[in-house]
Amino acid sequence: MAAIELRNVRKSFGMVDVIKGVDLEVRKGEFMVFVGPSGCGKSTLLRLISGLEDITSGDMLFDGKLVNALAPSKRGIAMVFQSYALYPHMTVYENMAFGLTLEKGKGKEEIRQRVEKAADMLQIRQYLDRLPKQLSGGQRQRVAIGRAITRDPKVFLFDEPLSNLDAALRVATRIEIAKLHESMDHVTMIYVTHDQVEAMTLADRICVLRDGYVEQVGTPMELYERPDSIFVAGFIGSPKMNFIAGDKAEKFGCKTLGIRGEHMDVSADGIWEGTVIHTENLGADSYVYLDMGQEEPIVVRLDGTATYQSGAVVKVSPQEERIHRFDADGKPIR
Amino acid sequence: MGATFDLWKATKWVLFYLLVAVIVVVSVFPFYYAILTSFKTGTALFQVNYWPTSFSLDNYWNVLNSGSFPRNLLNSIFVSSVTVILALFLAITASFALARVRFRGRGLLLLTILGISMFPQMAVLAGLFEVIRALGIYNTPWALIFSYTIFTLPFTVWVLTTFMRDLPVEIEEAAIVDGASPWVIITRVFMPLMWPALVTTGILAFIGAWNEFLFALTFTSNNDTRTVPVAIALLSGSTQYEIPWGNIMAASVIVTVPLVILVLVFQRKIVSGLTAGGVKG
Repeated sequence: MAAIELRNVRKSFGMVDVIKGVDLEVRKGEFMVFVGPSGCGKSTLLRLISGLEDITSGDMLFDGKLVNALAPSKRGIAMVFQSYALYPHMTVYENMAFGLTLEKGKGKEEIRQRVEKAADMLQIRQYLDRLPKQLSGGQRQRVAIGRAITRDPKVFLFDEPLSNLDAALRVATRIEIAKLHESMDHVTMIYVTHDQVEAMTLADRICVLRDGYVEQVGTPMELYERPDSIFVAGFIGSPKMNFIAGDKAEKFGCKTLGIRGEHMDVSADGIWEGTVIHTENLGADSYVYLDMGQEEPIVVRLDGTATYQSGAVVKVSPQEERIHRFDADGKPIR
Repeated sequence: MGATFDLWKATKWVLFYLLVAVIVVVSVFPFYYAILTSFKTGTALFQVNYWPTSFSLDNYWNVLNSGSFPRNLLNSIFVSSVTVILALFLAITASFALARVRFRGRGLLLLTILGISMFPQMAVLAGLFEVIRALGIYNTPWALIFSYTIFTLPFTVWVLTTFMRDLPVEIEEAAIVDGASPWVIITRVFMPLMWPALVTTGILAFIGAWNEFLFALTFTSNNDTRTVPVAIALLSGSTQYEIPWGNIMAASVIVTVPLVILVLVFQRKIVSGLTAGGVKG
């Protein structure tokens, strides 16, 4: 159990500033997700917290104690890597026990119990004698998570753990991680991903990063309903939020008007008119892409199956209370 | 059409295996002739035969029971083994630093190491002699271990550095998070993954030390401290005018066979070790 506090943390690699002053507080037992486009510094931030990289300036505190210069193994963290990073020459058991055998004063029996307990949690007990190369990708990732659990960490760090898995396995492992968080509610977890669906489904709070700065921190619903900038508005939610500029926006007293596809209705007396470019039927819902003279097509999400022909003219209106208004700086007008 | 095609195929086949045969004969014949000679005695030695005509182990008996040859053999084993152990130890630790630790002048250091390996032995012989005298290890096995290690290290360090660079960084980082010190990472995580490279470089270092002649001749001065290449060269017959070819050949065979066995046993590892560093860069 640890609360993590970052105070004006910066990181430069040579001349390149990657993290440009981050203030952040991660609460005890919280599941925090770092999300952002590639190159935004989210993995670097995780590595700074892990101690694998040293911070260039600023302070990092675990439970109020300064850990700037503390070695990773002394911070009480465990990390799960994107590439699993299992030791190829060790069996699953040895992989999971390795960290414990390095600690002084751990008896063989105690190590065995802890490894088996973790193996049971992840249902990998039957693989304990195998080598990593004899396991599938999903099983390897479980072993990697198991190796982290055995260390009984205060802080659990995940660096894009699902990126190497196929889509079905990704969903299954995502649920697994969510369950893990519930069963280990005293452990703080930090999870890095570029996938906003993972962020929305797993996080207690999401930290959106952009270009080395924290853009917004909040619960998934806060980010969805009250984004602090156009960037966050566009990054969170699928399909992406529609942005409408020009006259249509000015009528609502803003530079850019943001409206999500699921917050628009098709009706005969709709205030906007658009031509159907393309329709995607996903079964439960469907996306209709409209050309409304904006830079990008406007997406309308409808329940059930949409039967619009390409080229048909459709009238839509936004749900007034769901409109996001942004000024010229991309900041919300509230 | 079919017939001419087959003829061409057959010709190619014949030419290919003819070439193989020539290469094999050229490379194996000297050793074959040494074995042949080592079984001959007396005047039979001076008759040219290409097939075994007589079989006698007298030469082997003579070599192993006369003078200091058994002692020289033990010297060689000791010197070569210690050289390999010392060189591998230094090279593993050095390559960890060169491959994984970022520091100023790393590239220059690597190039310097490579440059050193290009010095001819003759060029450093005199200087090395002075160093060895100054260290007080002249005419001891340590003089040879010292000089062989110097000449083995550049190659060993280079091979192990390229090999270690290819090991995934995440595995090292996982070990760091697990609380492993650099020493633990090297011995318990990297070394098991590097066996092919270690075996390859180890065997090449062993062969180098085993066959080395010039240093062995220069840095030792009496029969008890010599290694086998020098001992063989200095084998003398009953009179000044007699060269004991039979004994020399028997000694050569005794010296070569262990190496051949060593290489055959580890050949798979050697091949995978030689390619592992180079292909995936």
